[in-house]
Amino acid sequence: MTMAEGGPLLAIEDLHVTFSTRRGLVEAVRGVSFSVAAGETLGVVGESGSGKSVTAFAVTRLLDASGRVSQGRIRFGGEDITKASSKQLRALHGAAISMIFQNPRGALNPIRTVGQQIADALSAHERISAGEGRARALDLLKAVLIRDPEQRLDAYPHELSGGMCQRVMIAMAIACAPKLLIADEPTTGLDVTTQKTVMDLLSKITAERGMAMILITHDLGLASRYCQRVCVMEQGKVVEEAQPLSLFSAPQHAYTRRLVAASPTATSTIADLAPETLSPHPEEAASAAVSKDAPAISESPGASFETRSSIAPQDEGSGETEKRKRPSGTPLLLEVQNLVKRYDRGVVAVNDVSFLIRAGESLGLVGESGSGKSTISRLVCRLIDASEGEILFDGQAIGTLPARDFHRSPLRKDIQIVFQDPTDSLNPRFNAFDCIAHPLRRLLGMKDGAALTARVSECAERAGLPSGLLERFPHQLSGGQKARVGIARAIACRPRLLILDEPTAALDVSVQAVILQLLDRLRREDDLALLFVSHDLNVVRMMCERTVVMQNGAIVEQGESLALFGAPQTDYARTLLEAVLHLGGPTAR
Amino acid sequence: MTSATLRHTVWILRGNPVTAIAAAGAFILCLLAIIGPWIVPFDPIASDVPNALQPPSAKYWAGTDQLGRDVFSRLIVAARLDLAIAASAVTLSFALGAVVGALCGYTGGRLDRYVGRFVDVLMAFPLFVLAMAMVAALGNRVENIVIATAIINLPFYIRFARAEVNVRRNAGWVEAARASGDSHVSVVLRFLLPNVLPAMAVQVSLNLGWAILNAAGLSFIGLGVSAPTPEWGIMVAEGARFISTGKWWLVAFPGLALMLTVLCFNLLGDGLRDILDPRMRT
Amino acid sequence: MSQLSTTAKRAGWRFASSLPALFGVLVFTFLLMRVLPGDPAVFFASGPSAGKEEIEMIRQQMGLDKPVPEQLVRYLGDIGSGNLGRSLTTGQPVLADLKSRLPASLELTFMALLIALLTAIPLGVAAALRQGSWIDHVVRFICALGVCVPTFVSGLLLIYAFYYLLGIAPDPTGRVDIFTSQPPLVTGFLLIDFAVAGDWEGWRAAASQLVLPAFTMALFVVAPLARITRAAMLASLGSDFVRTARSLGLPPRKVIVTYALRNALLPVLTIAGIVFSTMLGANVLVEKVFSWPGVASYALDALLASDYAPVQGFVLLMASIFVVVNLTVDVLYGIADPRVSVE
Repeated sequence: MTMAEGGPLLAIEDLHVTFSTRRGLVEAVRGVSFSVAAGETLGVVGESGSGKSVTAFAVTRLLDASGRVSQGRIRFGGEDITKASSKQLRALHGAAISMIFQNPRGALNPIRTVGQQIADALSAHERISAGEGRARALDLLKAVLIRDPEQRLDAYPHELSGGMCQRVMIAMAIACAPKLLIADEPTTGLDVTTQKTVMDLLSKITAERGMAMILITHDLGLASRYCQRVCVMEQGKVVEEAQPLSLFSAPQHAYTRRLVAASPTATSTIADLAPETLSPHPEEAASAAVSKDAPAISESPGASFETRSSIAPQDEGSGETEKRKRPSGTPLLLEVQNLVKRYDRGVVAVNDVSFLIRAGESLGLVGESGSGKSTISRLVCRLIDASEGEILFDGQAIGTLPARDFHRSPLRKDIQIVFQDPTDSLNPRFNAFDCIAHPLRRLLGMKDGAALTARVSECAERAGLPSGLLERFPHQLSGGQKARVGIARAIACRPRLLILDEPTAALDVSVQAVILQLLDRLRREDDLALLFVSHDLNVVRMMCERTVVMQNGAIVEQGESLALFGAPQTDYARTLLEAVLHLGGPTAR
Repeated sequence: MTSATLRHTVWILRGNPVTAIAAAGAFILCLLAIIGPWIVPFDPIASDVPNALQPPSAKYWAGTDQLGRDVFSRLIVAARLDLAIAASAVTLSFALGAVVGALCGYTGGRLDRYVGRFVDVLMAFPLFVLAMAMVAALGNRVENIVIATAIINLPFYIRFARAEVNVRRNAGWVEAARASGDSHVSVVLRFLLPNVLPAMAVQVSLNLGWAILNAAGLSFIGLGVSAPTPEWGIMVAEGARFISTGKWWLVAFPGLALMLTVLCFNLLGDGLRDILDPRMRT
Repeated sequence: MSQLSTTAKRAGWRFASSLPALFGVLVFTFLLMRVLPGDPAVFFASGPSAGKEEIEMIRQQMGLDKPVPEQLVRYLGDIGSGNLGRSLTTGQPVLADLKSRLPASLELTFMALLIALLTAIPLGVAAALRQGSWIDHVVRFICALGVCVPTFVSGLLLIYAFYYLLGIAPDPTGRVDIFTSQPPLVTGFLLIDFAVAGDWEGWRAAASQLVLPAFTMALFVVAPLARITRAAMLASLGSDFVRTARSLGLPPRKVIVTYALRNALLPVLTIAGIVFSTMLGANVLVEKVFSWPGVASYALDALLASDYAPVQGFVLLMASIFVVVNLTVDVLYGIADPRVSVE
């Protein structure tokens, strides 16, 4: 492949990608143009359905069979590769353009060793002997800074952690020294600290080898930290393109402004996430959502942006978001003492954990995957039994009643929970009304009738769910709408403690912003105590007065959020905090 | 809700003519099973030796057998017995298997282990051999064919229901139901089973075809139904003696009846999957 | 090295964990024998004409006057020492009968499995590679139809077509025609024994007898095998790791064979085990249709003659073969898939 001197490495002109589906043709990318210079790192940022990944797959022509480039041109090194034959593409793949995918473990062949797979990548473009392949695979593993590379050579992907799998994937991608690396959400699903090391490695390798990189991500912070230029995509179009610093300090397009606002920063407050000046009038949004043909999220890329839906007008948040210190006289609501949860085969998920929540207080529980935070949320919610320790709610020991019988306890309605995955948390055979009405029927013994209907509508309204959507089934609702149903259900019985188990982890950042505002408002209105479980430190800092940091089932550090986030006392908390990405260009730090 | 389901069914059938044909076929089969004895042109039992072994003709659509009985009439009348055996066997194993499997899948623990062992033992036999042995042990009667077929199907339903419930056991909506004050029993009955039943209905339809083949196989080797009774398996067994002399219709037509019946239920099962999946609904 | 020991450990473990099931099988057949209509002593007596005293003696010999648990222990002891009773119809010990007839059944089953795998895997792979093409439609049609045709009907129709109409196939009775003499017994598998003896005439005779029943049985299982191959192949072709392989520019052959097919064969292996057991069951039907002198037809004849000792022996034999097959599949799976390790 000859390189046109001076021209961009990759130039995409007016790209359209169409998918044929059961409902006919759907255009996922609608006229995208951008270019990447040799050695440059370009970020492509957008929320789900924005067409960012489809664009990447269109460039490498790895689209599903149902998708095709319907219009536009892709030039690589000056040559038009839009109509390249599969043989020409094979020569490009790996040798000139490589890709890195999300879900690194799935991206590796489960029944082939890591060394063989790297050697496969090499021998695809070079004639090499088996011994040579092994030696060079080892060099590559060293280059991606894997510990014990000699041993890893013969390991299978399932024997490696997610982060290590991603390193192997990077080793394969750079094996034949491509000019361009396309990284599609390379760190999604990895723990924060792993995210940072993987991204640092990627930027180091691309810089050392003079490779250009396209970083596709939903995370503005990630793009701002690692990219020289950022394209923002919405609904299959590039809406804005700029350098990170100017993009985030002075976004031009309305969508970018919403997105930037919704991304939490080191100093932002809940109210900052979706300032009303950027949102359309709530009534307008509500009526739009109620109209019968408002499509669910999966059917139209446009519906995924929840910023349009309502934020109650009384929710102006200037004073409220300041951290209120509760007087120590506020009564204790929850007291967890020396909680231990052991599973079979001696796995200790929670190890000697104690903490308090006062009435109306909000406590954050942060930690990486496997830290035991979700187990704690289920223990406190009395869905599972603890192996040791006590849980006192309002002074009563609620751990004595087995979880199996806790549904009969009068305290059942006082402790409610909102789950991580909004889709998974709704019974597919109940419509939104029944989902919300269910706890009212069971716990308050309400019978079908005007009173129940009124109560359900009220809860839905408080959760920002238009009452016109109550007839719909979960699969007909968008992600944000499903989250609202889950919240409405949890607050239906007016609980005193609400457990939030990663309530926004599965949502787009703009949807997350409004859901967080909603939760914050409900909490103030009902004087709810919150146990907020999350891996996202920025969110916890905004939502919670006090924070507990967990690692491997035990508490590492706890304290006032302001103090803890300002000056962490333990190494682990410090590492976690350092890994958090904030908006602002690379020059900003 | 009901009218929406109906409309959805019609919509699916329109887009999926194969399922529509299969549904129509299954309907006709059931109809024949009910009214068959009244509409057949000839007595299915009475022999007419002068007309023995006639090839298919305008009078005898599917020919006659060695006793001169009209094969076509016997085929139609046999539908009732064959369908009844399969349907009752499948109903038995479905009802028992769904409940036991759901309980095992939800509770795990000791019950799950014991039932698992039992299922392992059952599955350690080739199923047809097991059915044979059971019919032999219980006595060579039609109801024992039903019981044997039900028992060999049981592991299948238990495992299916167990697996389907097990993957949903920790779903958010199950935990949410418990947070909403449902007991374990009510979670299984009111939440999990309704969600699992559609998938199981598909299995029932597919399994029905298998049960028919199984029962026919048992009577082909001489177990269960006995001689003059019209039944597809026996008819093939009787025809087998004449195949080497070229009397193909004695085997081909009962075989065709079996094949079409099983095909109908299998295709219907595939179609049901589309209809009952709420995610496919618009 | 370590893989080998892991596999051996795994095999041992799986065998140990299949012992309870095997014990359950023994108890089950024991109970079956007790439930069987009539008096077990009569079945084990020398003949239908056995006198009252002889039956009484047998009753004592068998311990039928003892309490049930003790009977069970005795029964297990008998099985352990290879005493499966005596067949009324042949007058021989059941174990000897089974031993002499088992090779016939196994030869038929293995041949059928071989034919089925050699047909189904290429068909399934072709259908998956050209999804939506005519070959895909043909394969799917075969799959839909294949599971609907009962073995005994397809066997009889094959006889009609190839023996009666075309006259290609020999008379569908037994393993060799009456003009061919049996080869010296080595393995009991006629194709192997004839080859060992260098009797190619006999080999041809045996092969031509084997073709129709083997195809009949293969027809029955081609559909599920092809179906699972197609589905597994589609799943692995659509998987992330195949996409990775493509994104690295690996040659198509390598992508399809090394990456997609090898992964797709894992579920096929599991299904092949289940299919083998189905075929053991289907043996009963096929052996009847083709008058094949195997264990299944032996048991069936005994069953219809109310001679239960052979039936019991047959059921036990089938269950043991089944355990062995499952074990084999398991070990193969352990070798093929590194993710499976010793629990």
